[in-house]
Amino acid sequence: MTPPPATRTLAVVSAGLGTPSSTRLLADRLTVATVEALRQRGDDATVEVVELREHARELADHLVTGFPAGGLRAAIDTVVGADGLIAVTPVFSASYSGLFKTFVDVLDPDALTGKPTLLGATAGSARHSLVLEHAMRPLFAHLRAITVPTAVFAAAEDWADGDGGSLAPRIGRAAGELADLVAGRPARAASPADPFADFVPFDQLLGGQA
Amino acid sequence: MQFGVFTVSDVTTDPTTGRTPSEAERIQAVVAIAKKAEEVGLDVFALGEHHNPPFFSSSPTTTLAYIAAQTSTLHLSTSTTLITTNDPVKIAEDYAMLQHLSGGRVDLMMGRGNTGPVYPWFGKDIRDGIPLAVENYALLRRLWDTEVVDWQGRYRTPLQGFTSTPRPLDGVPPFVWHGSIRSPQIAEQAAYYGDGFFANHIFWPKEHTQRMVEFYRGRFAHHGHGDADQAIVGLGGQVFVRRNSQDAVREFRPYFDEAPVYGHGPSLEEFSRETPLTVGSPQQVIERTLGFRDYVGDYQRQLFLLDHAGLPLKTVLEQLDLLGEEVVPVLRREFAALKPAHVPDAPTHASRVEAARSVQAPAEVAAR
Repeated sequence: MTPPPATRTLAVVSAGLGTPSSTRLLADRLTVATVEALRQRGDDATVEVVELREHARELADHLVTGFPAGGLRAAIDTVVGADGLIAVTPVFSASYSGLFKTFVDVLDPDALTGKPTLLGATAGSARHSLVLEHAMRPLFAHLRAITVPTAVFAAAEDWADGDGGSLAPRIGRAAGELADLVAGRPARAASPADPFADFVPFDQLLGGQA
Repeated sequence: MQFGVFTVSDVTTDPTTGRTPSEAERIQAVVAIAKKAEEVGLDVFALGEHHNPPFFSSSPTTTLAYIAAQTSTLHLSTSTTLITTNDPVKIAEDYAMLQHLSGGRVDLMMGRGNTGPVYPWFGKDIRDGIPLAVENYALLRRLWDTEVVDWQGRYRTPLQGFTSTPRPLDGVPPFVWHGSIRSPQIAEQAAYYGDGFFANHIFWPKEHTQRMVEFYRGRFAHHGHGDADQAIVGLGGQVFVRRNSQDAVREFRPYFDEAPVYGHGPSLEEFSRETPLTVGSPQQVIERTLGFRDYVGDYQRQLFLLDHAGLPLKTVLEQLDLLGEEVVPVLRREFAALKPAHVPDAPTHASRVEAARSVQAPAEVAAR
């Protein structure tokens, strides 16, 4: 007898700025493919998209004040609480965009520890594709996220590919890898440390000094 | 309930005139603010400690003693005393001295400090922040509570046969608060000793303060000092008040927009929504402040930050007039009416001397 399907949450972070944005377009393709791949593995999925553009001012405010205002707080909670993450940025000046990095900068250092994560990036030319490997992947390694082996880059020309193009197979492979990680996890495996639950009782901290 | 003002002692350019006061002016201004606080009927004046520009207050006990000499009812406190980088022996001596000179009108708020380089400047390592706060405070308590101290720790020269002088006034050391913006470990320290916990409150959303205070109250009860609602809680607050709320907003906005801590970030309206900042009429300040009780419970001390962001002395003194005449009398009445009898008032020297005697008396009877 098969167990009832688990419902997984996917958070999708898109740092695209245009409307429509090719970054969001890639994020959507990765999301649809991942939801389908999860379904094939017997799990349902709910998807929550965080468009960083909508939080641009709140992100700048957070840098100044040290706390997230209303909408940004909800966005951070969405990402931190998700079972899996799809993170897509446009390439700006040979790296992820400043907006994307700012969002990462305001997360707690432990917020993404152990989080299954699929990385994506977009640019006008395929010559930027290694940004995924020399910028995005080290960033998420620092956060101790678990990134899937296939990261997906879409250049302008990928959107003109016919059936014989390489984008769709890469999306499918990456989505399968993410689904394998997410579906294989116990429900709600990784939630970040709670400082109010993890404090050291004072007698222990004092170590007999009193 | 006690009401008062706290200052960080910054020397900041007035953004509306481009004029920067001299250190000499700001030092005299802070003394004037403290004296005015007593004159308008407030209870507490608390002064920060910093060791770098643009702050002047490197030597709080000197300043507080000078203020003590010119006041008669005002309680003098700190916001905060650096328990990490100061020698606890010097804290014990300085504040016992201030306690004698002020006739017991002194308490302290311990803090770790948030300026990284202060640690190396004083020969310490910022990574030891919490262990330093733990060891130094444990020694400070020993020095005040015990006449002759033999002590050895990790961070300072050992002591053999040391007596810190002067001894605390009437044998009762100053009450201690522990201040923290973000560290539950400091709330735990306050709870362990049954000391007060002061939540800075002014820079972050109320949910954060609520959690910290709730945690402190729970641990206060855990450590056996009383029920959670009997823990001693203080809050910061930030107000700019004019009789007419539009005048308050119009006058304060240029200061807000350029303020060192949050300037060039959120709007005045956004920051007022997210944090306790209240810019408006006396009635608005009253309502907002009474609302703090909804998420921290009955508390003992409310301190307002008034003299920041380059506000001129004249404006700050006008703020104090309005607080003293129209805001604090109402808050005193309303908070008192709401507070159940078993919730204690803020500890004072007199109440602590009385408490010490009532503990001592039965013991003496038993000894006979």
